[in-house]
Amino acid sequence: MSEAVITLDHLEKSFGTNAVLKDINLTVNRGEVISVIGSSGSGKSTMLRCINLLESPTGGDILYEGVSIRDKSVKLTEYRSKVAMVFQQFNLFNNMTALDNCVKPQMIVLKRTKEEATRIALEYIEKVGMSAYVNARPSQLSGGQKQRIAIARALSMNPDVILFDEPTSALDPEMVGEVLDVMQSLAKSGYTMIVVTHEMGFAREVSDRVIFMDGGYIVEEGTPEEIFKNATQERTRKFLSKVL
Amino acid sequence: MEFFKNIFNILGKYHSYLLEGLGYTMLIALIGTVAGLFIGLITGVIRTIPQSKNKAVRVIQRIGNILINVYVEVFRGTPMMVQAMVIYWGFALLTDSTLSLIPAGIFIVSINTGAYMTEIVRGGIISIDKGQFEAAYSCGMNHFQAMCHVIIPQLMKNILPSVSNEFVINIKDTSVLNVIGVMELYYQATIILGTRWDLNSIFGVYLIICIMYLTMTFTVTRLLRLLEKKLTGSKNYTICGSQSDPNAEIRVKEGQ
Repeated sequence: MSEAVITLDHLEKSFGTNAVLKDINLTVNRGEVISVIGSSGSGKSTMLRCINLLESPTGGDILYEGVSIRDKSVKLTEYRSKVAMVFQQFNLFNNMTALDNCVKPQMIVLKRTKEEATRIALEYIEKVGMSAYVNARPSQLSGGQKQRIAIARALSMNPDVILFDEPTSALDPEMVGEVLDVMQSLAKSGYTMIVVTHEMGFAREVSDRVIFMDGGYIVEEGTPEEIFKNATQERTRKFLSKVL
Repeated sequence: MEFFKNIFNILGKYHSYLLEGLGYTMLIALIGTVAGLFIGLITGVIRTIPQSKNKAVRVIQRIGNILINVYVEVFRGTPMMVQAMVIYWGFALLTDSTLSLIPAGIFIVSINTGAYMTEIVRGGIISIDKGQFEAAYSCGMNHFQAMCHVIIPQLMKNILPSVSNEFVINIKDTSVLNVIGVMELYYQATIILGTRWDLNSIFGVYLIICIMYLTMTFTVTRLLRLLEKKLTGSKNYTICGSQSDPNAEIRVKEGQ
């Protein structure tokens, strides 16, 4: 349980003179589900995007299985395929059907054959309960359905870690449940997940560890119990009193 | 009546000239447009490469972008007729020989169209949601893979109206290639007229090629409109596991 998959070591990120992340230290262990909470602008999403290298960090380091991703032996595209991302805006490939969204990346990046990729994709599409819609195009799906396909796409790459960037924030309230259910079942089946979320219920019920961020720092971390019932920091308590 | 008689006379006598001209015009316009689109796509891919962290690579990228900009400005900012003259006679001056005419025509139309296509593709790429790139990168695709599999297929659909516009413009603009003697439709008209100076013939010949140009552009626009519709794809899809469609059976459990 204590095998570190990703370690953030004094990670920093500034956009020009605007420092968004200041000295982030975090170790993500295999099989762990981490929820990241905090108010808007606290750097939660930026941290996640740095882990996936959609933003390049301006300081500190990211270790993947103990090796710095800046090391020459680490291929960036390979690293990225191990760290899947589920976006707030789904970002399904608009030119492909739901099935191809899950099949093509496997064929392109992992060089799997079409048969193998399709088998794997269908398996995960069933897992997220979307088997009936494999032929639909993204524009023909509802938000919740798109997000479930996006999760199946992430799973199809057999990643080590899945990053969720506010996966339910762009959904209608009635669709939030279906996506959270899928995520909960993933958490139970042992996936390593980092979830930036405003769903306090999910953070409390499902995660192993909750991280509260504010002003570019990790202010407090602990089990859901510790954070939600016995927060030691004033800022954490203040935030929680507002959202709960 | 005299006038129509004259027109039929010309058609009967010179139809092979006219058809040859039509053929060359279509050939040059078609290859020129496709090659131009290809140039546009390549420059589009190059221009959107994310900035490298390596300083040397970054300098090369900067230079590449500047070269593309110069290319676009020069070829968009000068008339194609002048470009044809400069390239044709420039080549003659440098090598003491002349380019063969049809390839020269195709080359001139291609690079001219390429300059416009570069801008069309750039606009097309800007109009595609950044999330599409991010999703492709986050799956582990490199820039080239993301472009080929995700961005360009969407791009093609978006820029097709502009591309067919360029095609139509090219069909008409190949007429300026007559200045270097390319045997396209307009050039054939001047050949047919030769030494005839009666107004009836002059008007008749130009009216004929006018109608021929219109027929070409009209046909091409209709065909491309059809292609556009096809690329948009069907509005319908089958729900898998549907009882009305046997092909829609779910085969997930297969082999278990």
